[in-house]
Amino acid sequence: MNCPDVRLLLHAYLDDELDAADSLSLTRHVAGCAACKQRVRMYTQLRGHLREADLYRSAPEALRARIAAQSPRAREEAVTSPRRGWNFALAALAALFVIATAFAGWQTLQLRRQASGSLIVEAVNDHVRALLPGHLIDVRTSDQHTVKPWFDGRVDFSPQVKDLSAQGFELVGGRLDVLDGRQVAALVYRRHLHMINLFQWPGGAVAPARPQTRDGYHVLAWQGAGLRFVAVSSVAEGDLEAFARAFRTAPAATREAAH
Amino acid sequence: MNTRAGFEIEVMKHLDAAYNLARWLARNDQDAEDVVQEAVLRAFRFFGGFRGGDAKVWLLAIVRNTFYTLRSRAPAAGAVDEFDEAIHGGEDHDDPQAVLLRAIDAQSLRDALERLPPEFREVLVLRELEECSYKEIASITNLKIGTVMSRLARARGRLQLELTGREVMA
Repeated sequence: MNCPDVRLLLHAYLDDELDAADSLSLTRHVAGCAACKQRVRMYTQLRGHLREADLYRSAPEALRARIAAQSPRAREEAVTSPRRGWNFALAALAALFVIATAFAGWQTLQLRRQASGSLIVEAVNDHVRALLPGHLIDVRTSDQHTVKPWFDGRVDFSPQVKDLSAQGFELVGGRLDVLDGRQVAALVYRRHLHMINLFQWPGGAVAPARPQTRDGYHVLAWQGAGLRFVAVSSVAEGDLEAFARAFRTAPAATREAAH
Repeated sequence: MNTRAGFEIEVMKHLDAAYNLARWLARNDQDAEDVVQEAVLRAFRFFGGFRGGDAKVWLLAIVRNTFYTLRSRAPAAGAVDEFDEAIHGGEDHDDPQAVLLRAIDAQSLRDALERLPPEFREVLVLRELEECSYKEIASITNLKIGTVMSRLARARGRLQLELTGREVMA
């Protein structure tokens, strides 16, 4: 081993990443080379300084609390009233509440939630995340004929967009989301103060899923016309079923229907 | 560990590591917190892409990518990678005379580390503070193991130069 080799390999040597044979020939060379010996000493010392200087920056408690609050269950408290335009005091109060309950909720949540990594869990998480400020809607309109073209070129299929205002479900807008490892279209409807996220993507027939409740959110899944649908909301279970029924039976948006 | 709940616990366990890397990359508290928060959201969101293995490595890789995306700085690997090989002759610039330092105060060391380019800073932080193996650093930074070694060599050389330079001036 020569000096240029040692210059590089001494780092692997100091990091304990050099194999036995190379370590041996490195120490042999260093023993007989004053320059390399000095170099090894220098870097050993530098590493000592780095270790002693207390350079590690731990996560601040406030950040830890905020992130714990991003867990779906803890956030649920914050989004029971997903109405936009909260006044500031109320929002601040809610934030305090979330931080205070986040820690307590965290452990029990992990034990209680038999998370299977399933579609349902993912859909609920997407729904909850969508309720965070600024996350809900990419295209904001109550006009189905604006929402549908917006998806063209953004997803590789043609999502169904329907006007359900007559049935009491107001179309608020749409956005892209990720579910089951693929990009899906998400429509946002409103029922009074409750948001309904409707996810859809192409998919073949699967066994019909029964309505589920997870973390206080109701989840309904169905399929039709080569698409799979999952609706998530905190509305009453009956309301979500009414929504699903209305969506399945309502006519889809077509250019001809526009006026 | 392959459940989402288990994964969330893992993420909380490695939050210090995530912040430490983000803080040294971003060099200020506010940006570091933004990076970590965004990274954790991404980690939860793309949990489906996590195929088991070391959650710490996975999270740190996301933190690193998030930092470079948010700053839209030199993207992940690649660019500096070739630079390493190309400027072989220039390596002497990062090769200090072997001068032993006397006592170094923590502040000078901190300043010197912050002055290093991020691609040097990150490998030093991962190796010296996180005590990651070369293999772990390679997965986090998307570099080859050999490149991790040569970059650490150059990073330490640069750091030593920064420190001796200051000592001579003092």
